[in-house]
Amino acid sequence: MHRFVEIKNLEKTYYGHGIFKSLKNAVKAVDRVSLGIEKKSIFGLVGESGCGKTSLVRSVLYLDPPTAGEVWVDNTLLGDLPASGLRSFRQRMQIVFQDPNSALNPKMNIQNSLEEGLVNRGFDAPRRKKQVSRVLDLVGISPSHSTRYPHEFSGGQKQRIVIARAICMEPDFLVLDEPVSNLDVSIQAQIVNLLQDLKEDLGLTYLFISHDLNLVAYLSDRIAVMYRGRLVESGSTDEIMNRPLHPYTLKLFSSIPGMEITAMTADAGNMPEFSSDGVKPVTVDTRGCHYIDLCPLRGRECAAREPQIETVHGSHKVACFKINKCM
Amino acid sequence: MKSNKNLLDINNLDISFIQARGAAHALRGIDLTIASGEILALVGESGSGKTVTSMSIMGLIPIPPARINKGSLLFKGNDLIGQPHAEMRKLRGKEIAMVFQEPAKYLNPSLKIGEQITEMLVLHLNMSKKQAVEKALEYLDVVGLGKSRRVLNSYPHELSGGMKQRVMIAMAICCNPSLLIADEPTTALDVTLQLQILKLIRNLKKQFSMGVLFISHNLGIVREIADRISVIYAGKIVESASNQSLFEDTLHPYTRALLQSIPDAEKRGHRLRAIPGSVPDAENIPSGCSFHPRCPLAQDMCSQEIPLTKDYGNGHSAACHMVH
Amino acid sequence: MDASESDIEAIRAKLGTDKPILNQYIQWLWDVFRFDFGHSLTSGRPVSELILERFPLTLTLAVLGIVLSIIIAIPLGVISAVRRWSFWDYIGMLFSQAGMAIPSFWLGILLLMLLSIKYRVFPLFGSGSINHLILPSISLGIARAAVLLRLTRASMVEELSKEYVITARAKGLTERMVNYKHALKNALLPVITIAGIQLGYMLGGAIIIEQVFSLPGLGRLFLFAVYQRDFPLIQGGVVFVAFVFSFINFTVDILYSVLNPRIRIT
Repeated sequence: MHRFVEIKNLEKTYYGHGIFKSLKNAVKAVDRVSLGIEKKSIFGLVGESGCGKTSLVRSVLYLDPPTAGEVWVDNTLLGDLPASGLRSFRQRMQIVFQDPNSALNPKMNIQNSLEEGLVNRGFDAPRRKKQVSRVLDLVGISPSHSTRYPHEFSGGQKQRIVIARAICMEPDFLVLDEPVSNLDVSIQAQIVNLLQDLKEDLGLTYLFISHDLNLVAYLSDRIAVMYRGRLVESGSTDEIMNRPLHPYTLKLFSSIPGMEITAMTADAGNMPEFSSDGVKPVTVDTRGCHYIDLCPLRGRECAAREPQIETVHGSHKVACFKINKCM
Repeated sequence: MKSNKNLLDINNLDISFIQARGAAHALRGIDLTIASGEILALVGESGSGKTVTSMSIMGLIPIPPARINKGSLLFKGNDLIGQPHAEMRKLRGKEIAMVFQEPAKYLNPSLKIGEQITEMLVLHLNMSKKQAVEKALEYLDVVGLGKSRRVLNSYPHELSGGMKQRVMIAMAICCNPSLLIADEPTTALDVTLQLQILKLIRNLKKQFSMGVLFISHNLGIVREIADRISVIYAGKIVESASNQSLFEDTLHPYTRALLQSIPDAEKRGHRLRAIPGSVPDAENIPSGCSFHPRCPLAQDMCSQEIPLTKDYGNGHSAACHMVH
Repeated sequence: MDASESDIEAIRAKLGTDKPILNQYIQWLWDVFRFDFGHSLTSGRPVSELILERFPLTLTLAVLGIVLSIIIAIPLGVISAVRRWSFWDYIGMLFSQAGMAIPSFWLGILLLMLLSIKYRVFPLFGSGSINHLILPSISLGIARAAVLLRLTRASMVEELSKEYVITARAKGLTERMVNYKHALKNALLPVITIAGIQLGYMLGGAIIIEQVFSLPGLGRLFLFAVYQRDFPLIQGGVVFVAFVFSFINFTVDILYSVLNPRIRIT
């Protein structure tokens, strides 16, 4: 029995283009990631730029099918579905992106933007109008404004509209990729509250991606940390917040002003100057642990083999030779 | 009586933008002071007037469509308002320098890094090209990139985000300015880089005895780096205090609401206390206290009279009718 | 008087049209590779010889035309963009509108009437000296300049609104440095590309201008070839023009990568 969303050993490799499809420099954006999301829970994924979270999202939703691995949603293996089956299944999985400006078509008014998906589901005009009114109400936009165009709304309102469009399709699973990063601080809280309310009222399951550890810690039931295509640590929010273990997780924590850190951060101060800034993507040839260049704990085995993600305690898992040895 | 020892002394600065659809009252009489060797953080959301403030210090506000209604902007005792263009140009980059938010967009993509730094040294400090190159390498070292000729000969797109931002900082300080304006310098960077850049700015401030105006919307970052903090809302400074005072003894309802609405692990399980409504447009500023439509403490007086800034001791001031 | 069967056979054998199509095609490719386009049906001379004879003139005309258009368009375009809505901007916009509306042959005839007939400044026809090419290149150049001017202006305006220009000003650079050293360098990219393509077109022979000024250029050569159904010449012309145009495009691409460091072929 799988959890509501079950991702097993997901891999996404981007190959070179051209006549000679060079396998040599193929980039491994997602490297054997496994995670599970319980129904009606929020799973928070933390990572910086280049960690592969966008590729992961696209693979999970089969917008860009994964190179390997399985994606199960509600006990359905997405890879097994025929093209038409996948299309209709997609209605149950929606995504909210970071930038509401590029997510909304500036030439379509709100009513049309939201109705678009419903047409494909065979809703007739009155039913569509009713649905659009309903979701706009849910997100706090007056339905009378549905004839307006995106540019007539503020940033926060636009994001609400994007969320409305996502829930208009009545999905079960919502992927949110940095949904509040572009918004002002005072608006972020409003949207976060809205997302929580919607989850409760509509029984949604969220995969929430952000670089903002505070926000992820606030919202999520479970957290996973991603670095250069791999999951380096995962666990319940309490487990991770009380005892972050992986050196990269510690580095993240120590970079955020105001985060309470445990004793293991003694080494955090010795971290070299450049962290995930400018790291090259992982290719098929890369051996060993991906964090080796910056890790204060690195040893010989770290270069030779790849650490597997192993349970440390309860549901807390870490992928690190040194940590797992101590536990 | 404002002390003349201040590096920057803005007094009652009031700026409007005249546009087709009406006047936008961007700054409604702000007071700001920065002493040499001090980091003042200007905290505000988009549309609050923080960019207009930094641009007016630099003299980069186009007049028209902008109009300076009143106020003074004293830099080392001289009022920059009304200075001829040529004089302002000489100050920019040399005495007052700026670091911007997104280095990828704010660096010229077709000029080498070295060129973008040395042109300032040649122009402002009359150095020869050779001297300028040596100096540029020194500054690259100061910002943590090493005396790297490779970086000097690179184009912006060949460098990572963090490196680009360090280059921007090197460019800003290479002529040893007295005042550095940093406009959201860490916002576009990855989390693990942010603290490094903050540390760098703090060290440079000490090393070069600069005053720093640090603009941000992120109170967490501001808490790390600022000596003093001014909070700006709808073109007015609503609260001003030392770092410690602002967080421990918050006076203004807006500042308090902002702090309460920021999510963190401790607030888990509780609803965030979000501020209702949104920041007003500069064209439609509410009467009286501009915050009153969103304020939990608002009374009748708040919509009628603009609150004056009152001093509460210890350098802590706030503009609110409801604070005693 | 019809040709006899044997005559037709003989011609077929000579032209090689009696062999299968595939063989003919391969033979033709092989010939083209060796720059042998056969012989002109009208004059009997080798096509390649005819083309190479006239190419220098067309080349000179095209280069003069483009150089002139660049000299007019770029400075005026930059000034228009930097001082928008000023007197010079209006002059520039007027010029570009007029330049695009006025057909180049009409301008050519006008120039001829004025400067060759009324005031004998330039010769009326022929191709002996550079004097003969001044008026035609002006006619060509002005039309091209009109387009390039608009493009330069638009490109400069766009670059001047970019963030790195704010940085340049914040660094205290002079307006001249901001406009020319920083903005123009980036603004020229699309302008150079279009100029290159225009040059490519012109190298194929500016047919109408050549007609107006009676210049023995490639344009007239190919035009007459078409009238006279001179197939080898037409084929040769098409291949030659295609080759020249590709070469120009290739050069423009190289130039583009020189100017735009992000595209460099590393």
